[in-house]
Formats: sequence, structure tokens, C-alpha cells
Amino acid sequence: MKYSIFNLVKNSLSYHQNWEKAWNSPDLKSEYDVVIVGGGGHGLGTAYYLAKEFGVKNIAVLEKGWIGGGNTGRNTTIIRSNYLWDESAALYNHAVNLWEGLSSELNFNVMFSQRGLYHLAHSIHDMQEISRRGYSNYLNGIDTEILNKDQVAKQIPHLNVNGRYPVHGALLQRRAGTARHDAVAWGYARAAESLGVDIIQNCEVKGINVSNGKVVGLETSKGSVKVDKVGLVPAGHSSVLANMAGFNLPINSVPLQALVSEPIKPILDCVIMSNSVHVYVSQSDKGELVVGAGSDSYNSYSQRGSFDMIEHMMAPLVELFPIFSRLKMLRSWGGIVDVTPDRSPIIGKTPVKDLFINCGWGTGGFKATPGSAHVFAETVFRGEPTDISGPFSLERHFSGALVDEAAAAAVAH
Amino acid sequence: MFIIDCPYCGERDQTEFTCHGEAHIARPSNPNEVSDEEWGRYLFFRNNPKGIHFERWTHDHGCRRWFNVMRDTVSDKILKTYKMGESRPEVNE
Repeated sequence: MKYSIFNLVKNSLSYHQNWEKAWNSPDLKSEYDVVIVGGGGHGLGTAYYLAKEFGVKNIAVLEKGWIGGGNTGRNTTIIRSNYLWDESAALYNHAVNLWEGLSSELNFNVMFSQRGLYHLAHSIHDMQEISRRGYSNYLNGIDTEILNKDQVAKQIPHLNVNGRYPVHGALLQRRAGTARHDAVAWGYARAAESLGVDIIQNCEVKGINVSNGKVVGLETSKGSVKVDKVGLVPAGHSSVLANMAGFNLPINSVPLQALVSEPIKPILDCVIMSNSVHVYVSQSDKGELVVGAGSDSYNSYSQRGSFDMIEHMMAPLVELFPIFSRLKMLRSWGGIVDVTPDRSPIIGKTPVKDLFINCGWGTGGFKATPGSAHVFAETVFRGEPTDISGPFSLERHFSGALVDEAAAAAVAH
Repeated sequence: MFIIDCPYCGERDQTEFTCHGEAHIARPSNPNEVSDEEWGRYLFFRNNPKGIHFERWTHDHGCRRWFNVMRDTVSDKILKTYKMGESRPEVNE
């Protein structure tokens, strides 16, 4: 059923009690052409594009928990594409291009809001970094503006530009912004199912069967399944899944935390990031301030971060925005993110034939959801990398051709 | 994991320490002869286990010395701390 003003009026007559389920819970079949492991935004999106653009009929998405319960529903929803290197610019800008049409594509309002994102610069060195990145973005056709202190102060009136962390300027991307993270998972799930994709929740993969170097099946908590191709999109648990298939990854899984304040009236109409003092903040449509910062230094699968990390993000926040100092923080939570040495994702083939992987998004995967899903679907379908996904192969860790965004991304991003 | 038992200083608050990743990784003794793949594995590939992990920490705001920790990455519970150079403890499941 298409969501429309007509259907909204029609369903209001029955007090919204008779809406169809957005997606069903089918039983796991014994055989699939493609199985995607991981029902987050990237995995669901991959299944959607495989069905829609590449005509694959028999697809399942296996999710250990529930749709939207993993990192897709735990991030700070920031979307941007102002990365330093050409390879990243191509990948993340592909995503922003898809974000712009996503709500109508999926017939589901993902509340994509291009409210603009400011990367603050607090020193001469920071100004040099944003200038370098800004001009690199400009050459790659990514919208970008380098602002001075007065321009920033005028745009963001509550920002303390003369405090302990003086603001020298900012890099502004106007096409950047936020989206509703749950809606992205739900929208892709609903759209994928309408194209015949089986979405299997509460189905944990326990083993990967490999025969003569080719993936042939999966052992799951709901039984065995025969497969032709598998796409692993498990985020924090990437290494766990890779080990089941007999190989290692250049990944460490670490906790990343975020928190939200009590809801207040509109006060911040853009996204603020500061790499140097390590905090980022935006205001949700419900009025909560959504705040995030850096990841912990130790490996963990606990979905809890360390206590002092919260202070590390709050201290610079109240210094930059003294007006927020009396706000109460209502909730904090952690997710487990899979971090690569160069802070760029791994998209492509694995040592096992017909087993593909899309992981290593680390602290900044949400922004790339549609672009990641789109290029990974094509990679899985063709069995070969695409122009965009090619530089992000696992082999770059042997050739040395890293896509080093550790500086441009600097912190969780 | 709020308290870490530094082998040199005793029990101190976790905020005094930083983790530096997996321990007991041996640098190839013949770097000029190993293949690019072997070198890449040494530099970048990690076990990243869901369970018992052996890792290096520094006591930044204390003795500033390096030591090793055996920790469960599911519960974050520290099972043992030991000095650099000591062999990896046995895992008793």
C-alpha cells in the first residue's frame, strides 16, 4: 500500500487502527540466491537495491535482533560528505545525492533535513585543515564554504566564540544535515519487502559453511539455509562473522556513546562539529539536543561506554554553548563500532568466493547508508567492485593504498 | 572496569589509563623478506575477539609504564594484569 494523503484520510476514519503492517515476519526458507547478514540501514538498503536495480528475486535479510535496534538506531544521525580524499568524496557524495531523493524513492518520510553543518576551527592549524579540506571538496564538486569568525558568530548566535576554545572560523556544508535514523531502517525494510525480500528478525548467524573456498550456506538460530551469495553487513560484529568464515579483518570494535537532553524549543538550526575539542551537537525535531563525541580506546562488545567519556563531550559543549549548561541530559547509550586503521570502510570481496563484506564504517556509517547500500548491491550482484567501491577493498591493507581519513574525520564523525 | 590494577602502582581509576590495542604481536624478524600480505597482516589485522582479549595499556597519569591486560570484551571485566615481557596467561574457560 502506498502512503499518501488519500490513505491518511481514509485510515483516519477508522482511527488509524487498520493500517497494514509495514513489513511481515516470514519463515526462513531453505535456500536463497542472496542472503544479507545484518538488518541495519546498510544491509536493508543493499537488499532493496539488489531487488530494485539488479532484479535479484530470492533475497533474505537476517537480523540478530530487531530492525532498527542496532547502530542504525543508535547514532547521532549526522549526514555530510565533506571528506578530504577523492575516493571518500565520491562515496559519501553519492550517498548525499541519494539522500536527497530517498523519501520519495522509498515512499517513507526519512525526514532528511539539509540544515547545514559547521566544522568549527579553534586554531590557526584548524583553519589550515578546513581550508585544505574545503578546497579539496570544491575540486570534487562538493558544496563547501570557508567562513571566518564573524560569519560564524552571526550564523550561530549562542556560540561562545571568545571562550576557552576560541572560534577562528568554520567549514560549512549546506547540503549536510540530519535524517530520522529509525525511519531509514523502516523505510528500506518496507520498500525491500514490497519487492519480495524476506526480512527475518531474531535470526542470529551461528556459522558460515564454506566448501572448496566458496560460501555455500549459513547456520542460523532458525535453522540452516543454502545460499548462492552472501553479503556481510554486521557493523560491530564484523570480525566475529569473518572468523566464522575463517579469516581476520583489520578491525577493532570499540564503544561509541551519544546522549540526548530534555526537549527544548528550537535553539540550534544547524549541526555543529568540533574535531579539536571533540563534540558534535544538533537539535532533533522533538527538541532534544543530540550530542556525541569520541569512542573509547579499548575493544568491547558490551554496548556500554566508559563514564568519563561523557564528561569529555559535555565539558566542551557547555564551554562552546554556555546557554546549554543547565540542561538535563535524559538518556545516554552506546553502540559498538568497527574501526579500521584508516577510518575508511571495507567494501568488496573476501578470501571466500561469493562472500562479500561491507564493514569498517566505524564511527560514521549512518551518513553513507544509501550510497554504501547502493555500491555494495552492485558489488554483490556483479561479483566485482564498482568504480566507487574499488578503492575500499580489503586488499588496500596489503598494497598500502589506504584512504586515510583519520585526519579529516579526526574524531567520531 | 572502573578500577585497573597497575602492576607497578596498584589499583587506580580507569581514567588514568589508555588502551593501545592487541598485545603479543611479534614484529617479523625479517621485514625485508616477508610479502606485502604478511606485512599488511602484521600491521593492520587484529583478532578483535568477542570474549577474552589480551591488550596493552599505559598508565598515562601515573607511572607512565606499559603493561598487559587480560579482559573479557563482553563484560569488560579485567581478569588479570601483568608486566610486559611476561607470557600470556592461560585462559580457563
